[in-house]
Amino acid sequence: MTIDISSLPKKALRDTYGEVLVELGKIDPNMVVLDADLSESTRTHKFHEAFPDRFFNVGIAEQNLIGIAAGFAYTGRTVYASSFAIFLSGRPWEIIRQQIAYNKLNIKLVASHGGVSVGQDGASHQMNEDISLMRTLPNMNVIVPADSVEMEKVLKKVHWIKEPFYIRMGREKFPIIMPQDYEFELGKGYVLKEGSDVSVIACGVMVSIALQTAYELEKEGIDVEVINMASIKPIDRELIVQSARKTGAVVTSEEHSVIGGLGSAVAEVLSEECPTILVRHGVEDRFGISGPAWEVMEEMGLSVEGLKNKIRLALSKKTK
Amino acid sequence: MRDINKLKEIARELRIDIITMVYNAQSGHPGGSLSAIDILTVLYFGGFLRYDPKNPWWEDRDRFILSKGHASPALYSVLAKAGYIPKQELQTYRKTKGFAPDGYSRLQGHPAWQGNKHGVPGAEASTGSLGQGLSIAIGQALSGRLAKKDYRVYVMLGDGEIQEGMSWEAAMFAGHHKLDNLCAIVDNNNLQIDGDVRQIVNIHPIVDKYKAFGWHAIEIDGHDYQQIINAFEEAINTKGKPTVIVAHTVKGKGVSFMENNFKWHGVAPNKDQYEKALLELTAGGV
Repeated sequence: MTIDISSLPKKALRDTYGEVLVELGKIDPNMVVLDADLSESTRTHKFHEAFPDRFFNVGIAEQNLIGIAAGFAYTGRTVYASSFAIFLSGRPWEIIRQQIAYNKLNIKLVASHGGVSVGQDGASHQMNEDISLMRTLPNMNVIVPADSVEMEKVLKKVHWIKEPFYIRMGREKFPIIMPQDYEFELGKGYVLKEGSDVSVIACGVMVSIALQTAYELEKEGIDVEVINMASIKPIDRELIVQSARKTGAVVTSEEHSVIGGLGSAVAEVLSEECPTILVRHGVEDRFGISGPAWEVMEEMGLSVEGLKNKIRLALSKKTK
Repeated sequence: MRDINKLKEIARELRIDIITMVYNAQSGHPGGSLSAIDILTVLYFGGFLRYDPKNPWWEDRDRFILSKGHASPALYSVLAKAGYIPKQELQTYRKTKGFAPDGYSRLQGHPAWQGNKHGVPGAEASTGSLGQGLSIAIGQALSGRLAKKDYRVYVMLGDGEIQEGMSWEAAMFAGHHKLDNLCAIVDNNNLQIDGDVRQIVNIHPIVDKYKAFGWHAIEIDGHDYQQIINAFEEAINTKGKPTVIVAHTVKGKGVSFMENNFKWHGVAPNKDQYEKALLELTAGGV
């Protein structure tokens, strides 16, 4: 089966975020939403329009954003706090640690503009370290949805789990690759395509790129298994091990540094459970550049061609 | 209860608890606990804070957050006196074992929120990492306003602590939102861990800064009970603005050799010093 992923319908996850916030706001009067002067970009302004009393814009002050979010959560409210990934996770990290993670507060940190596809804003705004920063915090769940279908399923599931979550979105429109009847389950990965030669475990926009890559490699006789690992913490250890045992080679793919993110999480599981050939595909240990989103992705190697190279590398290691 | 002599008697008892806790643990922060304790005594035992120690999660309770969390001995001594925790639990301060459900201590070096698995009943936030308390108090105050509840939120900051930028993000926000159910107290003892606040990075004039952000500001002697009482009354009666009480205090207040000496920020007394401190406090010098 050959599909051109680029022909599939696309939607930005943040558009879904704004819509789902309004849906949840209608059924949960206990919920409040906070933003730090980026509500148009994060789409929390949709909640603001629907529920002006329950929306708070703290201005350009992300430490205060987290502190106020904690105050709300201490009083028993369900809190959403949003900003760009760089400002939401990096700048107030220690306050997130001290308040949200330590106290296991019911706060959903929903970050937009994650990864290098922020594009033209350049390296200052390209957050490639947030999964790493958040994953290391005790009690923090980390989710990176692959498309807007998954985004909706994730939000509607985790809204009712009274724990801290970090949910990461890119700015761009992502192709819709998850089936409409898909149900997100915390700590579970999802096999999008079965294969026998190599496992690609991906998250975020790289899931669709992995799928495209798998279809193209099929023509070369390479049978790629594609796993969407949206739940990075907790991670699906069982599925990783099962797939690795089957194929004997794993490639991780993420729009994030190869250090500390999905690749590291999978490496930890494999080295503990079943050492397997592993190649990590992501942003190398470097800062980004300015340029249109998909051009920057291409330059960083976050493309079908880039992933093919990593898969070939993994296969060559396997045959040695 | 507004009997000043009785309040002073309570504060003397709490000072002894503070010194004893730090001495027992051979670790902790006596200086900033002693500077804060007169204000906390009036807040908790002078009829200002609305609370029920038998029901620490009572929704309509007033909240107090000790943002300068290193002064935890002051908070713990108050919580024991108020009946949130048994007095003997004070012996578990900074110790491994204690009264948490899993057997660990709930009286950590810096307080953990009562909902935390190692939190202490009556602690309204996890603090210790400085600069965060005012933002948290704002969240609680906004939540109360949204729920149309009439509870008030009090937060104590250190004068050194407000060097943290986050505290000014919060000050700006609270003024903007006219949070009159919020009262901040600055325990202005002039000393931080490395020395004199004015010499390290001067944060004065504090009162003018808060006023510029739209606060009502009151300046008092933080060891003068009538002034503390008047200030809390004024804060409650101030509408349309948050109130800050800048309380001039003496670090180490009540123990002569600790007073105004920054070296006593985070040091425990030895046996001789402890006995000398007890003698001074029981002799009623305060």
